[in-house]
Amino acid sequence: MRLRFRFAKAGKVRWTSHRDVARMWERALRRVRVPVAYSGGFSPRPKLSFGLALPTGAESVAEYLDVELDGAADPAELAPLLSAALPVGVDVLGGVGDEGGSSLQNDVTACRWEIEIDGDLAPAVEAMLAADSVVITRQRKGQDVTDDIRPAIIRLEFADGVLAAELATQPRGLRPSELLAGLGFEPENARVRRTHQWIERDGARWEPIPLDATDAPLAFGRAS
Amino acid sequence: MSSLWPRIEPLLARVQKPARYIGCEDGAQAPRGGPGKVGWLLIYPDAYEVGLPNQGLQILYEILNERDHAFAERSYAPWPDMETLMRRRGVPLFSVDTHRAAADFDLLAFNLSAELVYTNVLNCIDLAGVPVRAERRGEEDLLVAAGGHCAFNPEPLADFVDLFVMGDGEEVVSEINSVVLEWKASGRTAGSRQAVLRRLAAVPGVYVPSMYDVAYDGPRLAAVTPRYPDVPERVEKRTISDLAAWPYPRRQLVPLTEVVHDRLNVEVFRGCTRGCRFCQAGMITRPVRERPADQVRAMVTEGLARTGHDEVALTSLSSADYSGIAGVVTDIINDPTCSGQVSVSLPSLRVDAFTVGVASEIQKVRRTGLTFAPEGGTWRMRQVINKLIREEDLYGAVDSAFSQGWQRVKLYFLTGLPTETDEDTLGIAELARNCVAVGHRYGRKVTVAASVGGFVPKPHTPFQWFGQDTVAELQRKINLLRDATRRDRGVALRWHDPKATLAEGIASRGDRRIGAVIEEVWWGGGTFQEWSEFFDLGRWEAAMAAHGLSIEWYVNRQRDEDEVLPWDHISAGLHRDFLWQDWQDALSHQGLEDCRWTPCYDCGACTGYGLEHVVASAVPPAGGSQGTGQDLSTGGAVPVELLPARVAATSAP
Repeated sequence: MRLRFRFAKAGKVRWTSHRDVARMWERALRRVRVPVAYSGGFSPRPKLSFGLALPTGAESVAEYLDVELDGAADPAELAPLLSAALPVGVDVLGGVGDEGGSSLQNDVTACRWEIEIDGDLAPAVEAMLAADSVVITRQRKGQDVTDDIRPAIIRLEFADGVLAAELATQPRGLRPSELLAGLGFEPENARVRRTHQWIERDGARWEPIPLDATDAPLAFGRAS
Repeated sequence: MSSLWPRIEPLLARVQKPARYIGCEDGAQAPRGGPGKVGWLLIYPDAYEVGLPNQGLQILYEILNERDHAFAERSYAPWPDMETLMRRRGVPLFSVDTHRAAADFDLLAFNLSAELVYTNVLNCIDLAGVPVRAERRGEEDLLVAAGGHCAFNPEPLADFVDLFVMGDGEEVVSEINSVVLEWKASGRTAGSRQAVLRRLAAVPGVYVPSMYDVAYDGPRLAAVTPRYPDVPERVEKRTISDLAAWPYPRRQLVPLTEVVHDRLNVEVFRGCTRGCRFCQAGMITRPVRERPADQVRAMVTEGLARTGHDEVALTSLSSADYSGIAGVVTDIINDPTCSGQVSVSLPSLRVDAFTVGVASEIQKVRRTGLTFAPEGGTWRMRQVINKLIREEDLYGAVDSAFSQGWQRVKLYFLTGLPTETDEDTLGIAELARNCVAVGHRYGRKVTVAASVGGFVPKPHTPFQWFGQDTVAELQRKINLLRDATRRDRGVALRWHDPKATLAEGIASRGDRRIGAVIEEVWWGGGTFQEWSEFFDLGRWEAAMAAHGLSIEWYVNRQRDEDEVLPWDHISAGLHRDFLWQDWQDALSHQGLEDCRWTPCYDCGACTGYGLEHVVASAVPPAGGSQGTGQDLSTGGAVPVELLPARVAATSAP
C-alpha cells in the first residue's frame, strides 16, 4: 500500500532545505511507528518519494510525499499524529491511500505560486505576456543554460502586491526566482508561496489531493 | 528583551544554509528571562552543524533551564557570509532559541573543544557588542565564561575571558549562577564587576585570570600568582562523582538540518584510564564513572521514541570498555520499539576481535564504517604512547571485520610522536599493507584508509614536555608514507595539514603572551581556522613575528622538568610527578596497564578528590586489548596464521 500526504511548510521552518524536509519526515514516520517499507542492502532506506523540490525559503500549502508501506495504515488517522511529530510549521493537510504506481515527479505538470513583492510589476507582467519569447540565462546542474522561458508561463497576473503565476514543470521547470529575473525584478526578499501543484492530462486538470476551497477542516479518506 | 527575528530573516535569503540560524529544533526551549534570573548564552564557537550535537552544551542548557533563577539559550558562530551581513546591518550576535540579542544575557559561556576555534571566540564576543579584552569591560557589560577541554590551558584566552570553568560543569554552573544573581540584584554598582569576579574566583573549579599576576624571567614563565589571599593558588577541576545522578540531556535536541553526528547520543561513562599518553581527554576526565546499565537502556529507549532517530551512539572515550557492553547492545537491538531499524554505533572502538563481534551485532541494520586507532606504526611506538595494541590484536580485528563483510576499514595514526624513527613512521604503511593482505583472503575489493594526523602535545599529559615536530619534519614523514604506499592499491592514505598542526601547537601550550597573537589573527579576519578553506598559517606566523614570539620556542622546544608550565596553576587532579614519571616511562618505552582493573598508580585523580572509579565489573572486558590482562611479550610479533606467507616473511621482526 502507498500513502500520499499533502502538507504545508510555513514560518521559520521554511528556511530548511528539501533534504531537511525529507529527514524530518523520516523521523516523524518512525516516531508515529508507521510501517514504512525499506529498501534492501547494507544501507536500507525508507521508501519515501517527494514531489518537486520547494526552493529553500519558500512557503507552501501544496507539498506532497508518497510513502511506501510494508502493511496497511489509515491516512486519516495518521495525519494528525504526523503533524504533531513534525516540526512546528510543517502540517499535514490531507492524506490518501492507494496502490501506488504513479509518481508525483512525472504526473505534476504545473505549479501555482504567489509572490509578495514591493513595487509595481503590472507593466512588466503585461510586457512579458505580450512577448513571444523571454530568453534568460539560468543555472542548471552547475551549467549556464540560455533558453526561452515564455512557454513555461501558463498564467501570470499582478494585483495588490501579489504576483500569481502558474508555471509549467515540464519539460524543464521554471522557478519563481527565474520568473522574477525574467521580469527584471530581483528583490532581496520576495515572499514566495506555492499554493497548488496541478496534474493536467487530456484537457482535465486536478490536484493530487485537493484542499477544500473554504478553510474548513480537511476531510481525509482513501482514494481506492 | 525583544526578538531580532524581523531583522535576521531578511538576511537569510542571501546566506548558505539559512537553517543554521532558525533554531526550532525539537527540544529547543523558549525560556522567559526577568530580573530574578541570570541569563546564559551558551555558545559553541564553530558552525552550527558542528556545535549543535555537542553534548556538554546541551547538558548545561537543560540544567540551567531547570533552575528557578537561571535561563539559557544557545548560539553558534555565524558563518562568514552571515557575519558580513550582520555587521553591515548592525545585527548583533543572537540566540537561535528566541533570537534575543547577546547583550540581553548576563553571561556568554563558550564551549572550548578545540584550540583553532579561539579566534571565533573573540569574533563572537565582538559580534555580541562586548569589548573583546576583559580589562575594558565595565559594569554594563556581561561576563564572558569558558569551559571544556581546552580550558585546561586557559592562558592563551586569559585576556579575553572573565572566568574559566575546569572539569564537569553540572554542579558548578549553579554555584556561578548564585554569585551572578546577587551581582545582578545589587544593581551592578560602580566597582562591583571586580567584586563579583573576586567572589567567582573563590568558587571551586573557577579560574578568574584577572585575579592572578604573571611574572616572566626572560622568555620563560616565572610564576602565576594570586593577587589576593582568598584567591586559590591552584584551581582544582570539578568532578561529578556519580553520572547516574545526571541523566542528561533528557531531551536531546533534534536539529532540522544536517549536522555532524546526526543521531541520539547516550553517554555510557565519563573518564578513561587506558592511559594513552598523547590523549588529553583521557588524562583530564579521570576517574571512570559508568552510568548504570538500566539507565542507559532507559535513555536509549525514551530517546529513540521521542526523537525518531534511527541511530544511537553509546558515547565515551572507549565504549567497548563499558561493563556489560554486549548485554546493553543486545537489549537495544532486540527492543521491539526499535523494530529492527535502529543501528547502534560505538565511537572509538577498541582494537580486537571481540569489538568487531559487537560491531557486527549492532550494525545488522546498516553497515557504517569500522574505524580502529592503533595510533602508532610499530609495537615499540605503541609502547611509547601506551597504546598497547599487539600486531595480532589489530590483524585479528581486521580479519574479523573483513570476514564479516566489511570491505573498508579505517585506521587512525599519529605521526610526530616522541622518539619516532622513520622505521616507526613506515610501520604505518606496513600495518596498512598487511591489513589489505588480510582482506584479500576474503575478496579483492578491500580498502584500508590510513588517516595520519600530526601530533600536538597537550597540557596535563605526560607528553606536555615534548617538542612538537616542525612542519617540515611532519611533511617529510608524510612524504615517506606517500612514497611507501604509492603502489599499494588497497591502501588509501589521508593526512592532516601539518600547517594546521603547527597553529594548534601554538595555542595548545601557549601562555598569556599568545593572547595578542590570537587577537591579531582574529583582527585580520582569521576566523574559522578549523576549516581548511579559511585556515591560513601565514596569519599565525606573521602575528607571532609581530609580537616578537618564537614559534620554535613555543612549539618545537622540549621542556625541562623544572620549567614552570603556563597551566601549572590549574589542576586536573594529576600529580606532576606522576606525569613526569609517565613521560620517563614513555621514553624507555614502558607500557602501563589500565588502572580500572589493576592497582592504583596514584596519578591523583581519585585520591586527591576522594573519588573512586565507578565500574560495574571488576574484571576487564572479554578479549580486552590495549594491554590489560594480556601477555604483551609478543606485542610486535606478526601472527603468521593471519597473513599470507609472503607478507609475513617480510614483516616479521
